[in-house]
Amino acid sequence: MLQTNDLCHTYLNENGEELLALDHVNIKIAAGEFVAVIGRNGSGKSTLAKHLNALLTPSAGACIVAGMDTQDFSHIWDIRQTVGMVFQNPDNQIVASIVEEDVAFGPENLGLPSAEIVRRVDEALRLVGMTEYRLHGPHLLSGGQKQRVAIAGVLAMHSRCLVLDEPTAMLDPVGRKEVLESVCRLHREEGITVVYITHFMEEAVAAERVVVMDAGHIIMDGPPNEVFTHVEEIRALGLDVPVAADVAMQLRQRGMDIPAGTITDEGLAAAICP
Amino acid sequence: MSIVLENVSYTYMPKTPYCREALRDINLIIEPGEFIGIIGHTGSGKSTLVQHLNGLLRPTMGVVKVDGNDLQAKASEKKRVRQRVGMVFQYPEHQLFEETIFDDVAFGPRNLGLEADEVAQRVESALERVGLPVSEYGSRSPFRLSGGQMRRVAIAGVIALQPEYLVLDEPSAGLDPRGRDEIFEQIMQLYHGTGMAVVLVTHNMEDVARMAKRLLVMNRGQIEFDGRPTDLFHDTKIQLHEFGLSLPYMTSLLRTLRSRGLDVDDALLEASDVAASIQSALQKKRIPQC
Repeated sequence: MLQTNDLCHTYLNENGEELLALDHVNIKIAAGEFVAVIGRNGSGKSTLAKHLNALLTPSAGACIVAGMDTQDFSHIWDIRQTVGMVFQNPDNQIVASIVEEDVAFGPENLGLPSAEIVRRVDEALRLVGMTEYRLHGPHLLSGGQKQRVAIAGVLAMHSRCLVLDEPTAMLDPVGRKEVLESVCRLHREEGITVVYITHFMEEAVAAERVVVMDAGHIIMDGPPNEVFTHVEEIRALGLDVPVAADVAMQLRQRGMDIPAGTITDEGLAAAICP
Repeated sequence: MSIVLENVSYTYMPKTPYCREALRDINLIIEPGEFIGIIGHTGSGKSTLVQHLNGLLRPTMGVVKVDGNDLQAKASEKKRVRQRVGMVFQYPEHQLFEETIFDDVAFGPRNLGLEADEVAQRVESALERVGLPVSEYGSRSPFRLSGGQMRRVAIAGVIALQPEYLVLDEPSAGLDPRGRDEIFEQIMQLYHGTGMAVVLVTHNMEDVARMAKRLLVMNRGQIEFDGRPTDLFHDTKIQLHEFGLSLPYMTSLLRTLRSRGLDVDDALLEASDVAASIQSALQKKRIPQC
């Protein structure tokens, strides 16, 4: 579905010096995968995300989306329809004054017949659980609801892949949960490919695969229960681990036998009191 | 002296179809030297409330007094009051604009009309307090720092005004875990080092559980809870999710263990303390690993 081959991205700073934000990144993401990307601010996560729908194009190497090279300009609209993006600030990505019109914005621009647009909007709002708000003004929604409307806008384009760049950074705890649950359901029930960038380790645990970035490189890549077992390495990178993984490590140091890969509350509870 | 809000209500766009009551009859006293956390769902009135603390918003009804001065009163008084209450907004790094870090932090003190020596001294001490010593950082551009460092420069710009009360709105939003830890470490040091009162608005339950001595929960424009964090997070009758809140992750883990019959102390927050508590709870049950 998504593939990068020695992908490099160079930014120029204000002194005209080159900064390598992505340094020969190779990653393959299969259709239907749910990948969380974690890393410090400035590690290259967002730059990578922007390559995945051709908002940026490679300085060197290549980025292939559903078989299309992002450097081939003739594919750009197909690529952007395949991969939809959701950003951090819910207020920056809503364009209409009524929820259903906002979701319809993309399909309208595809020039679809209106019956088809209505059908897509209905479906998209249903998938994120926002049907009852279809006639509301977006400014009256909570942050979590706005993000779900933004996700519905992507779904209405029939995008098969969803890239979310810190979608919960500005939300309250319940809003964070709503967004994560919507994303998990879309992945599970609709088979949508998900790339989810976050600073919340508890969210990364929900993914099937966690990719850790540092200084423009991918330095770890594996299932969450494998990645978060490396407590010391993760901490040394300026990141953190879920609390259950942290407590599990402390218990091991105290001589208790806690299985490797214990990273959830339930998992830890099961290990201590079977 | 203190910040006093008496029967404060605030309505956005009154007498229009968009009219919305954001604060309803708030009574609140903030004492010098307090560390207060304010939590609540988006739209609950947190930011509206803190904008009343230095007169950025004027109450539709009610009175706000800072150290006895009514903020509705004369403009000259309002200006002085604003110096006492420093505000750090969300994403304050977007407000940096000067060529050097020194000039950016000096902007506020210069506008107070202070002598150059005094300005330099305040900039030096403010940057020192946020861990960016002027000798190393003063002449550098603020735009070449990391996100967390830029935010600390913005905070230095506010503390150079030497406020008695420091209000921070979501200071950790969008920062990575280490950036988050660093900024909160700095805030704690500032709090202990200056005796300034701190009012912290946040969505991060871990932070308030660790740092705040007093916690306010806002809901629909009212203060729903006012008390110690432990009293909020350990009262199982309070339905946190109705207020858009959740338990700190560690508290949630400890509750799961307790529901399995393990007698752990659910007030703990540090992993090492939790591990010790688990071990002693298991020993009490006299089985090696229950």
